[in-house]
Amino acid sequence: MDTGKNIVLKLEHLTIKFGGLIAVNDFCLEIEKGELVGLIGPNGAGKTTVFNIVTGQYEPTSGTVLLEGRDITGWRPHLIAASGIARTFQNVRLFTGMSVLDNVLVSQHLRLRSPFLSAALHLPDYAREERHVRAKAMDLLERLELTPFAKELAGNLPYGQQRRLEIARALSTNPKLLLLDEPAAGMNPEETTRLMRFICRIRDEFSLTIFLIEHDMRLVMGICERIRVIDYGISIAEGVPDEIRRDSRVIAAYLGEGGE
Amino acid sequence: MSLETFIQQLTNGVSLGSLYALIAIGYTMVYGILRLINFAHSDIFMVGAYFAFYLIAVFRLPWLLSAILAVALTACVGMTIDRVAYRPVRNAPRISALITAVGVSFFLENLGLVTVGARPKPFQRPELMAKVVRIGPAAISGVSIWVPILSIGLVIILLYVIYRTKLGMAMRSVATDIDTTRLMGVNVDTVISYTFAIGSALAAAGGIMWACKYPQINPLMGIYPGWKAFTAAVVGGIGNITGAMIGGFLIGLIEIMAVAMFPSLSGYRDGIIFGLLLVFLLVRPTGILGETLKEKV
Repeated sequence: MDTGKNIVLKLEHLTIKFGGLIAVNDFCLEIEKGELVGLIGPNGAGKTTVFNIVTGQYEPTSGTVLLEGRDITGWRPHLIAASGIARTFQNVRLFTGMSVLDNVLVSQHLRLRSPFLSAALHLPDYAREERHVRAKAMDLLERLELTPFAKELAGNLPYGQQRRLEIARALSTNPKLLLLDEPAAGMNPEETTRLMRFICRIRDEFSLTIFLIEHDMRLVMGICERIRVIDYGISIAEGVPDEIRRDSRVIAAYLGEGGE
Repeated sequence: MSLETFIQQLTNGVSLGSLYALIAIGYTMVYGILRLINFAHSDIFMVGAYFAFYLIAVFRLPWLLSAILAVALTACVGMTIDRVAYRPVRNAPRISALITAVGVSFFLENLGLVTVGARPKPFQRPELMAKVVRIGPAAISGVSIWVPILSIGLVIILLYVIYRTKLGMAMRSVATDIDTTRLMGVNVDTVISYTFAIGSALAAAGGIMWACKYPQINPLMGIYPGWKAFTAAVVGGIGNITGAMIGGFLIGLIEIMAVAMFPSLSGYRDGIIFGLLLVFLLVRPTGILGETLKEKV
């Protein structure tokens, strides 16, 4: 490990090709514990692909992913999740037919030793574990102000609460690193302001390291300590918000897309 | 039709229907999770009956013990088939898995023909099932009473597993979104494996009860019940367990009652059911409970 630095996530020369398309090209990044790093870039730049590699949904063509110094490249997604990486999605993907409480209980499989036999037989230690797990889940809902909806079907929640539940569900896996994919998508300015405070709050309360993708520049510039910009799979800039705002390549990339 | 025959036919239809329901649940569970029609399911049904046959006839184990062991063994066969045949093609296009399923089905049928032979074997049923019971004016065979009771009991256990246990919760979440379930740290392959075990166990129970009802077994015995149970799953709304149960009872009753009311149609017994399958696929492919397809297992 580097001197004094506590690197949670280290990406080394990540490249992924889909047929002839190089979606991510030689992507390198280090994120320190407790940092809040933003990843921006025009649509189709490969941002979500980077997330998909980190969580194990895609295997990179080359390069490595290190979580706290451990090489997790090519691990299966459920093992990566168990080792401390959680994410949310651009478009909310809840277990819509299950209750809010059940949504945050699914991940507790990680900690239940025998999901089937002892559950079927209702052994005493199972009952104790079950109570403990439920209490923890309720506590999590309480901290994210979702308690009133605990029994509600996830699909019936208003949009803003669904987004919040998705974060709660990610937190239920006890992550060290949280990946947020466009958390402010579809929110109005007021909701976005609340979300910014919320993200900073959970980072402190759950001692998280956060890596997020976002198009809403107010959010990115407002809360990220460091921003990386990619375009066509290639990193074109990195720096603190003020540097990024003035970077000519970044401006060109965005204006070239005709956006923002 | 006299009241006596009506009651007889009704119980007959209900018991046949409960067997279709049991088998249909296996189709629908696998479909709900993998979007795969497991064509080998009907042959797993046959395998269950043969396990029971050999345990009773060759190993001379008590009937009930044989039945339980046969169900457990068949569950292992189901898990093995998933591991060997389906898991390797899990990320392949869906049609590959479908063709694999057809292949596994042919494999099991022909393996049966080669190993146990094509000649039907007489299946020994327990006293309780063979006894004739009188209900009002009608004489009902014990099979027609016990089969629905046992089937419904098994379904209640299944529903308990799905809605009240961790495994069931994992199955429901896999059915909604397999990728996100992985991100929750759930080993999806294990969940799928258990799903096959449960589905195959139900098929085996169905196969054994079928053999009690029609006590001659052969390696191709699964084909017709399998197709009809598949019809039941489609009619009920594939992917939906309640739908599979409704579909099963419906198909069983229609099959028996159509022939009972119009004896001249008895030659079209299978045709009626498959005609119904075609009509549903054309008119209402989502089945009776189509709208509530959202929660699938």
